[in-house]
Amino acid sequence: MPASSRSVHPPNDSPAYGSSLLRAPKQPLRVHPGRLGELTAPLLAGETIGTLDHDLTRQHDGEPLGERITISGRVLDEDGNPLAGALIEVWQANASGRYAHLSDQHQAPLDPNFSGAGRCLTDAEGGYRFITIKPGAYPWRNHPNAWRPAHVHFSVFSPAFTQRLITQMYFPGDPLFAQDPVLMSVPDEESRQRLVARWSLELTEPEWSLGYAWDIVVAGRQATPLDDDAPE
Amino acid sequence: MTLPLTPSQTVGPFFRIGLATTIGAHVAGEGTPGAVRISGQVFDGAGEPVPDGLIETWQAEGAGRCPTDDEGHFAIVTTKPARNAVDHSGVEAPHLDVSVFARGLLTRLVTRMYFPDEDEANAADPVLGSLSDAERATLVAVTDDGGLRFDIHLQGARETVFFDR
Ligand SMILES: [Fe+2]
Repeated sequence: MPASSRSVHPPNDSPAYGSSLLRAPKQPLRVHPGRLGELTAPLLAGETIGTLDHDLTRQHDGEPLGERITISGRVLDEDGNPLAGALIEVWQANASGRYAHLSDQHQAPLDPNFSGAGRCLTDAEGGYRFITIKPGAYPWRNHPNAWRPAHVHFSVFSPAFTQRLITQMYFPGDPLFAQDPVLMSVPDEESRQRLVARWSLELTEPEWSLGYAWDIVVAGRQATPLDDDAPE
Repeated sequence: MTLPLTPSQTVGPFFRIGLATTIGAHVAGEGTPGAVRISGQVFDGAGEPVPDGLIETWQAEGAGRCPTDDEGHFAIVTTKPARNAVDHSGVEAPHLDVSVFARGLLTRLVTRMYFPDEDEANAADPVLGSLSDAERATLVAVTDDGGLRFDIHLQGARETVFFDR
């Protein structure tokens, strides 16, 4: 992977994000000698994914509270090739900004009709689609009066080790971006904007739900960066 | 065509909601010939266990995934991968590629776990060969209670060697 494409990622040494202080490695990362891009693990068996696992609004007897939304897009590699059969897993807070997780202490109500997790496999064109509700913003203790902008956590798991990505998708126009050290850890504004979904009229269903479009780009499959400058 | 990459973000503290089920800690079943249990603990820079980390292993035979528990422990059952093919830098010893995710890490960390019963192959491995003895020790598991132990230190005197992604 060329250095230019790596630089879109936040440095782990990002002191404004307090949790990084004792966890970000202090030693420089070693240059990998080159075979990484070729390593693959077998594809997942499709039958482990339920046909309704992409719909976070239909996992309980009733419907969750909140603004019903569709999030859809394509997963591509940096050469523009679609990632077919990639496992996409998402998790998020409910409309009140509370996760259905024992450790979430935010004083906002749980929603008995919302667990906040979904998954799907990308189709032949790399497409994915989730139906959910818009998560709420939530407070955290990073700095005084700190709030995370509304976001959905995304995990992309494809057969190539170099393509592994965990990230977060944000919503357009959120006033909380500038005070969020997690989003702001991404070094440049253009790269940060690639974490923000676009409201989409096509994905918006009349009388039913709002739609957001968000494409994901991961490293190229043949990321063998050191063929010509191996360090020996 | 080169498309700009989507930046990484931290997995956060609540990933168990979404990453708990699809991929598990058994790359090989317990009874599989050659199956080995690899366990370890993840530590932060204060020497405290990391109770909200996620370890993933990759090899040709499959991927394993295990969140750390309250004491930072993880365990994955797999088989030793076949020795890698020769490339321009030499013959690599059998190893697992390992990703580490956690609250506080804005990108995944990439490391490798080598096997302690492969002295000869490890001695010839080009990646291990590029490291000091102390650094190399962070990547080679130790035998422990019938399995292997592979601790991961995010910082400190025994900081694990991590590789550029
Ligand atoms: Fe979150």
